[in-house]
Order: sequence, then structure tokens, then C-alpha cells
Amino acid sequence: MTGVLEGEMQELRRQATDALVELRDLVVDYAAPEGRVRAVDHVSLEIRPGEIVGLAGESGCGKTTVANAIMQILRPPARVTGGRILFQGEDLIGRSSEDLRRYRWRNVSMVFQSAMNALNPVMRVGDQFVDMMRAHERIPRRDALARAEELLELVGIDGRRVRAYPHELSGGMRQRVIIAMALALRPELVIMDEPTTALDVVVQREILQEVDALKRELGFAVLFITHDLSLLLEFADRIGIMYAGELVETAPARGFAEEALHPYTLGLLRSFPPVTGPLERMKGIPGTPPDLAKPPSGCRFHPRCPHCLPEDAPLHARQTQERPVLREVGAGHRVACHLVEAGTS
Amino acid sequence: MSALEVAGLTKDFRKLRAVDDVAFELQPGRITALVGESGSGKSTVARVIARLYEPTAGSVRFEGRDATSRARRHDVLRYRSQVQMIFQDPFGSLNPVKTVAHHIERPLRIHRIVPRSQVKARVQELLETVGLVPPEQIAPKYPHELSGGQRQRVAIARALAVEPSVVLADEPTSMLDVSIRIGVLNLMLKLKEERGLTFLYVTHDLASARYVADDMLVMYAGQIVEQGPTEQVLQNPLHPYTRLLLSAVPDAGRSREAFARAPRRVADATVGCRFVARCPLAIDLCRREAPTLEEAHPSQSARCHVTAPRSWQASA
Repeated sequence: MTGVLEGEMQELRRQATDALVELRDLVVDYAAPEGRVRAVDHVSLEIRPGEIVGLAGESGCGKTTVANAIMQILRPPARVTGGRILFQGEDLIGRSSEDLRRYRWRNVSMVFQSAMNALNPVMRVGDQFVDMMRAHERIPRRDALARAEELLELVGIDGRRVRAYPHELSGGMRQRVIIAMALALRPELVIMDEPTTALDVVVQREILQEVDALKRELGFAVLFITHDLSLLLEFADRIGIMYAGELVETAPARGFAEEALHPYTLGLLRSFPPVTGPLERMKGIPGTPPDLAKPPSGCRFHPRCPHCLPEDAPLHARQTQERPVLREVGAGHRVACHLVEAGTS
Repeated sequence: MSALEVAGLTKDFRKLRAVDDVAFELQPGRITALVGESGSGKSTVARVIARLYEPTAGSVRFEGRDATSRARRHDVLRYRSQVQMIFQDPFGSLNPVKTVAHHIERPLRIHRIVPRSQVKARVQELLETVGLVPPEQIAPKYPHELSGGQRQRVAIARALAVEPSVVLADEPTSMLDVSIRIGVLNLMLKLKEERGLTFLYVTHDLASARYVADDMLVMYAGQIVEQGPTEQVLQNPLHPYTRLLLSAVPDAGRSREAFARAPRRVADATVGCRFVARCPLAIDLCRREAPTLEEAHPSQSARCHVTAPRSWQASA
């Protein structure tokens, strides 16, 4: 009984902290010919000011849909069908489109997957900055161009490159330009959806270091979305793991590799070989993520879970029939797993 | 004898020298990793070996014979079946309107690998080999019905259909989810161990190179800057560029605070060592004279005045 009370207290305390963005039981459905597909299933997540939150999971786990929901750019057939998205404590759902137009880019900006191909190839980089800024605020052309130069310098590109066309820049530089544009209106949150996946490791590291330094200087928060958990271990403050539309584990990045509990998280952690230390044959995660049109019963991970065995009949029954819920197991560490629950209670 | 030998390989694209005097051997039944960043020329090397590009200079020798443009038609056909390539994008390399079975049957028929009556059975065998089970369910599917990892396995099955001895794998996992990459890497290891296949594995990911490769070649700005047995190169990297690549690999062991500062990418030098502007070890000589690839330890060579000086051999 005291455990429940304690949990509630912690919940209250969490609500009391002034989160920048808060998702409460967010549900996003896609209308599909074969019926409703639930891409995001009761996800609750919080992003505090100045924090880097990493969201990891395989293709199709719903991580990009979460990002699009926060950015308020979901288009039919996708629709928020439940829960709330709070920005600085105020619900975004139900706001006017003019309100949302102002919210996007000014409060929350987004760097998309393969964003380096998002620049207009026949327009100088500087003009693209000017267009974007003037769409959002009254600013003379000359001032906007000066600001573009400053922003380029900020991400490590010579300001004179405002006169360059995109094809004159390398892939890494184009990605930096996009990040500079995302920072132009000083948003409180920058969402980055696989921003470095198309780049090689050295450029990837340079860009992440730059984002980290800029964050310290300008104080924005980052929601970083990737399928590569290894990146987040070093770069993020807090990590959330998504599987088949659900958030299955969330914990601080520090010590994450040692303290993670969910079998899916452990599988992700065992998916990338180490570059130092002993080397052994790895298995990765057997099987493939489920079809969200027909998700498995019970725990969605149970068909791939190495610990879902018929020998332990009561546990097996729960794993295959009952949905596990996120429970606090340590400071800021929550897991949704029957096995963990059985082991800790 | 080596499975494949490359000597003096140079490839120019107009004024740009993408590959500059590259030489190496692939040892039979071993996996050799060719690592480097985008634009280092590593994919161009693989494409020249696959005869997708004509080399500007140099030779590729297979079974002791020249396999470049001067080769005879009969030799070219044999070469094409013996040396196969797998590409980065498994979607782009499969025909969207043809079934999985079609992709694998085609090379079996063209190269007359098995009698017509056995084609179906061989397709099933190949699908099983690459872990696409049950094969009778996978064979009639179209590429869009498969996941990225499954598509890459189809591409591998197709490459294996002609019973090659050498497979050139150009970033075969970089477009796949991290969680399924390991499966493709394990498949390469299995094919090496069970069939004695020789691989050239082109990648920018040192961790996966370490996982599969016996030998390692490190490329920078069109040249090989370090080569040797994989563990030896990674435990004791000689070239500063190899060290930079190593430090860029995400590592859970590193602390959040240590996550800062790396040398910024700058234009490569045209005189002296190409890496000099990014190099923390550079000395005067590096700005004047281009280093040559020198053997610093038995079987480990590097192109660096500081860590593998030319006098090293003389004094050792």
C-alpha cells in the first residue's frame, strides 16, 4: 500500500516540475483500409527546459509520430485520438491553426530525417533563411540576412556562405545549415529526427558536439530521435525506449547501459558491437517488430522476448494476456515489464 | 595465393582523383574491411573491382589474371560470376515489380548454375542459407512486402546464386536498423566460415568492421593510410586518422562531460601529407613531403612521418 502512495507522490512531484513539453497518455491512430492502426499508444513523456531527451526504437515503433504530434504536423490519416500535449502547461490540442502556425518554428522547430536534402537547390542559403524568418516575424531583409550569417557562424560555417547554393556545400555542412535554420527563431525545443543517420561517424560526432555546445549556450531543449541507442548513451540526458507504439522504458542516460531492465532495451544494447574490450558473437533481437494493425496480445514484445517461456505458467499467462504498465523502479527510471514487476515485488 | 589482388589502382573523375595508387590483396576465406569517411574513395575502390568503373590506371588481378578492361570476354564472364557485389540500398537494387524468386532465379539461369529442373529447389536453398524462412512463403513476395533487413538478405542470396568466391559488400548495413544489422554481419561470418567466402567489407563503422573483419584497410583522401590485422590496428592504431575514426565511434564508456571538442573538418592539403591540417601530431616534414606507406610492425603499415617514419625499417 505504501508503495502505491509513494508512486502517487512521485507522480505529483513530477507534475509539479515545470515541464516544457508534457505528453499525457498520447494516442495517435492511423486510419487504414484494414482498420485502425495505433501508432502511438498511451505515451506519457516529459521534456524539461534545456534537457536532451533521446527517443530510440526500431523503424515503425512510433517515435517519429510522437515527434510529429509535438510539432503539430500530423496529417490525415494520422490523428490524435486521445491524451494531451501540453506546451508550457497549455494544451495544444484544439488551438487555432493561426496559433499553431506561430507555435511551430518559434516555440518548437524540427530537423527532419535526411534534412540535408530539404534545402531548395536553386536558392542561395541566405535567401532561404530570409524567407523562413520573414514568414514568422516582421524583420527587414537586411537584418534577416545578417542574422543568417550569425547563425551560420554559430554552427561552424563561414558566414559568407550565405551566398552559397546548397550543392556547393558538403552533406555535413547542409545538415548544419538546417540546424542553424531550426535555431533561427530561438525556439525552446528543437526536435531532431535521425539528423545524422545519413552522415559518417566523424561528421556525426562533430554535429552532435556542436548541438551540445549550442544547447549549453542558448538553453533550448532537444528531443533526439534515433534507431541507434549507442548515440544517446553519450549525448542525451534522459532516454526513452519505444516498442510497437508504446514507451517501454525511460531512465537517465548516465548509467543507462548498466541499469536498463526491459528485455527489449537489453536487446538494443546488445545490437552494436563494442570497439574496445572483449568481443563475442552477438545475437541482436530475433524476429521483427509486430504489424501494428494486428498487435500481439498482452505484452507486445512477448513473441520476441527471450524470457517469455511456457515453463513458468503464471508469468507466461500474464506476459501473453495482460498489458504491462510503466512502473517506477528507481530514481527517474520506469519500466513496463511483467518480468521486472515479478522480480521486484 | 591471394584471392584478389589490386595494384597501383587509380581512378579519376574529371579533375578529381578519387582513388590514388591503391594496392592490397584479399586473402582467401578472410574478411577484409575497407574503412574511411564519405568521400575517402572506399566505395570507388569496390566499384572498380566490380568492373562498374574503369580504372584510370592500375590493375585488378583475379586467379592470377588481369580482370580490368584488357581482359578477354570469356575471362570477363567468369570474373563476373566469381566476384559479386552487394549494395548499400537494398530497395534500389531490387526490381519493385518482380518477386523475390525472380531475382534469384535470373542469375541461376543466365550463368547456367543448375539444370532448369533444379532452379526452384536451388532458390529455396539459397533463401534458407540467408535466413529467409520459410522459403516457400518468402519466394513469391515483392520487395515492398519485405523489411529492409529481409531485402538485404535477398540481395545477398542473389549474389550467392552464382557461387562467387569473392563478395564485395558496400555498406550493406548502413541503411538498416541497428537491431537487425548484427544479423547481416553474422550472415557474412557464417558464409566465410561455412563456405570459405572472401569478403571486402566497405564501411565507415569501425565497430562493425572489428566484429567481422580479419584484416583492415583504412582509407583517407583516396589513399590507404593504414593496413594490418584488425585487432592490431584497433588496439594500436598508428595513423592519426585511424585514431580520429576510433574516437568518433559512440562509446557508452565515455562520460557525458568528455563529449566535447574534436578537430574540425578542413580542406585537405595538396602538398605534403593530406591529413596535415587535421593532425595533432604534425611536424614540419609533414607540410613539405608526402609520407609513403611504411611497415612499422610486422604486417602493420601506416602512411605517417611521425608514427611510421621511413627510417623505422632501416633502424629496426
